[in-house]
Amino acid sequence: MTLSVTQCLLAATDEHREIADFQVGVPRWCNGCGDNAILTAMQRLCRDEDLAPERTVFVSGIGCSSRLPHYMRTFGFHGLHGRSLPIAEGVKMARPDLKVFVSTGDGDCLSIGAAHWIHAIRYNMDLTVLLHDNRIYGLTKKQASPTSPIGTKSNTTPKGSYLEALNPLTVTLGVANVSFVAQVVDWIPELLYQVISAAYRHKGLSFIRVIQRCPEFMPGLFDPWMQDPQRTMLLRHPDGVVPSAELSRTYRNQRDHDPRDLASAREVASLEDPIPVGILYSNPTVPCYEDTRHAGAVRTAEQVRRGLDAELDKFTIRALEPAVG
Amino acid sequence: MSGPALVELATPKRATRIDEQIVEIISDSGEGAQRCGQSFAAIAARSGHGIWTVEIIPAEIQPPARSVAGASGNRVRFGSRPITNGGDEVDLVVAFNEQVLLGRVRAGELRPSATILLERMWRDDRDPSIARSYAAAYDELVAQGYRVIEIPADRECRRLVPDPRRGKNMFVLGMLCSIYSFDLELAREQVALTFGKKDTKVIATNVKLLEAGWAWAEENLDLKYEMPSMPATEPQIVVNGNTALALGVLASGMEICAMYPITPATSASHYLSEIFERVGGIVHQAEDEIAACTFAIGASYAGKCAVTITSGPGFSLKQEALGLAVMAEIPLVVVNVQRGGPSTGQPTKPEQGDLLQALFGTHGDAPKVVFAVSDIEDCFYAMITARKIAETFNTVVVVLSDASLATAQQPFRRPVFSDDWLVPPVDQSEIPAGAKPYDWDPTTGLFRRFIPGQSGGMHTVTGLAHDRDSHVAYDHKSNEEGLRARSLKLAALQRTLRCPDVYGEPDGDLLVIGWGSTKGAIEEAVDRLRSEGQKVSSLHLRFIQPMPSGIGDVMKRFARVMTVESNWSDPTDHPLIDGENRRYAALAMLLRSRYLVDVDCWTDVSGRPIKPSRVADAMRAKLTETTR
Repeated sequence: MTLSVTQCLLAATDEHREIADFQVGVPRWCNGCGDNAILTAMQRLCRDEDLAPERTVFVSGIGCSSRLPHYMRTFGFHGLHGRSLPIAEGVKMARPDLKVFVSTGDGDCLSIGAAHWIHAIRYNMDLTVLLHDNRIYGLTKKQASPTSPIGTKSNTTPKGSYLEALNPLTVTLGVANVSFVAQVVDWIPELLYQVISAAYRHKGLSFIRVIQRCPEFMPGLFDPWMQDPQRTMLLRHPDGVVPSAELSRTYRNQRDHDPRDLASAREVASLEDPIPVGILYSNPTVPCYEDTRHAGAVRTAEQVRRGLDAELDKFTIRALEPAVG
Repeated sequence: MSGPALVELATPKRATRIDEQIVEIISDSGEGAQRCGQSFAAIAARSGHGIWTVEIIPAEIQPPARSVAGASGNRVRFGSRPITNGGDEVDLVVAFNEQVLLGRVRAGELRPSATILLERMWRDDRDPSIARSYAAAYDELVAQGYRVIEIPADRECRRLVPDPRRGKNMFVLGMLCSIYSFDLELAREQVALTFGKKDTKVIATNVKLLEAGWAWAEENLDLKYEMPSMPATEPQIVVNGNTALALGVLASGMEICAMYPITPATSASHYLSEIFERVGGIVHQAEDEIAACTFAIGASYAGKCAVTITSGPGFSLKQEALGLAVMAEIPLVVVNVQRGGPSTGQPTKPEQGDLLQALFGTHGDAPKVVFAVSDIEDCFYAMITARKIAETFNTVVVVLSDASLATAQQPFRRPVFSDDWLVPPVDQSEIPAGAKPYDWDPTTGLFRRFIPGQSGGMHTVTGLAHDRDSHVAYDHKSNEEGLRARSLKLAALQRTLRCPDVYGEPDGDLLVIGWGSTKGAIEEAVDRLRSEGQKVSSLHLRFIQPMPSGIGDVMKRFARVMTVESNWSDPTDHPLIDGENRRYAALAMLLRSRYLVDVDCWTDVSGRPIKPSRVADAMRAKLTETTR
């Protein structure tokens, strides 16, 4: 069957979706919470990439960040605290045809789910992972998280937290098979979107740390950075992010950084102030675990029967011997 | 040479007819006694005998040589009828050194006056302490009334191979084939099969060793037995329980197994890793038990029911994730090959300690299906059944096996593949407008699950309380509706279950109820007591949650009811223990609470497969107990 050009165009137009097509429910996040910015960027991405909602899965753990799937009109899996990554890996392994996104928080990913985080990097499955890092536990009402700055006063550390904050970027960049690492801040939506878009298009696990505000429990934490654009450093590269002229007018502190350069990425990752934003590392040649394991291979009943019979043959004892003696 | 004569009087042999025999072959780790035992069992099975094998495994990979705790090997029980368990005491043992033998003797594994074939090389060992300990052990064993025959296996093998440590096992195999009048040609074939992966030179050497052992035994031993065989009907397969599980996974249509290494479950995944990819399956070794479970849940959620295989400690770690699968109603098959607990416990030893954890280990009300396998064939078909139930009822199915089935071998009828075992393609049909993702049937709690890829089916599953739209809902009505629906699914399944048949007469003085791997031993004990004229029967449960109807009626027809289990129960003769504080065995506790029947229990946590003689003793004791 052939279609006229007009019909094709009509069909194409019909399938085009608006942002509203990906919206559902009313987010229950606080005013000014960085999660709202991430949700908006995700919905915009789904529209711009024209993702089929039924073939898109948002997986999350537990925490404020992990409410995100509930606000996406796609398939979603709001899982267990810390376990979003292995759930997402299972989804992807069973169904490599699905687009899988993961939303996880600093407690979810870097504390209770730390083992899964390290190993997810190593598996390098084609997932887009957003670390919603507000540097505090929100849903459980203000306890220090692994990324809380030392001295953070919280309900479990009333005299200030005792330990230096963990740097998720340097850790991630130290894991074998790392293939995409980026950092953005929730208050630069243009960059947030650009980076998420690049992460989505990257084949492999893309790990994006989104530094985000928690006005409820960490009010004003990032004010010095928001007030002084010089304390944010834009990483620019033709293979990474090319900031718009408008963005460049505000954020003049820029650095040329080749995202293929792992050593340089590690150096940039260790910077705390100014905050480096953009794509730190991108290497599309790292093999994806689901490809290595031949996920999604077609299997037929005949194949299973033959496989089983071949195995049973090995263990079958032939027709029994006549009685001894 | 000094010491007693190597062999006993060689007279013209007349084979003694026997109907059953228990043989053990034991050595230090790495000397091949296990391979010898497995090959011997396979030859016995191929000769038309019923067999059951039990692996004797030291807890360490390389225990010190010649140590009492280091025995590695195999028990082979074979007979002229089907054999359903490892039996009681050994009739004949072949030991590669006296220390591993002493371990078995002290554990009470040998029957009085059992025959011992003992490697004699240690008698002349250069190390005088070894020679002394050998001589002392020999004297002790002879004094205890065992018939000890010293065998020069090392010396004889040295004529054929430079290192008898590698090869002695096949010499012993040949000896045993001579003693039990097995066909030498059949034994040669078995050796070829055993070393099938190696080159022909290796096979030829091992066949030579086999023949040498055979010839030596023919010339030097006066032991000769023969056993009638059973008429053949259908082809049989001989595998252990874990291999049967893996074959079952393959046959069930499941495509993904996510696991984390843990004894004694791992060998199932080892074998599955070897074969699964050929049929498009994947074994994923996750970073931990929780990841294995949640990975499997993710795969199941996406439309391909997955399995995770573990043992007690891993099963504990998975509990929160199991609750998620129950709550979100995602099918999942979980296999727990139980071992001794609690904590790290006895990793290589069997125990049935996880029944209550399987039922109640998850926080909140998390109804899941729990059933237990009771023999090797069961291990295979359990995977097919479990997958079907999991998908039909959108729930977690826990299959309980244990360490004794994991490594035991028993022949069963070769399965004939059926297309019905497989899964239909992942449903990608459109969901009609207005359909709800949790459209619970008010009677059965069942609903049609929407799978990613089904247009119109978009929703977010959650472990939070939710309503029919899968929206987070904290109101009491939605919460109660969900709880009711998930519970009703068990009732719906329960209505399809049949009460197991009573083994023995339908009424009498004592009913023994068991579950899992103890079936063979219990039924054998029932046979023994019935042959003594006692009115005893047994009932073996497969489904424990839900439990089929009719168990209460069966119990009513017996004067006394007692469970036999391999887990802990307080002894009644202890001064601190009375009816108010006694901790009952798991199944006894369940039966007592459901049926309000005074179900007693007898349990064994020796870390060994339960023995029919001990079950029989417990039954006799129960019969003589005055009714309370």
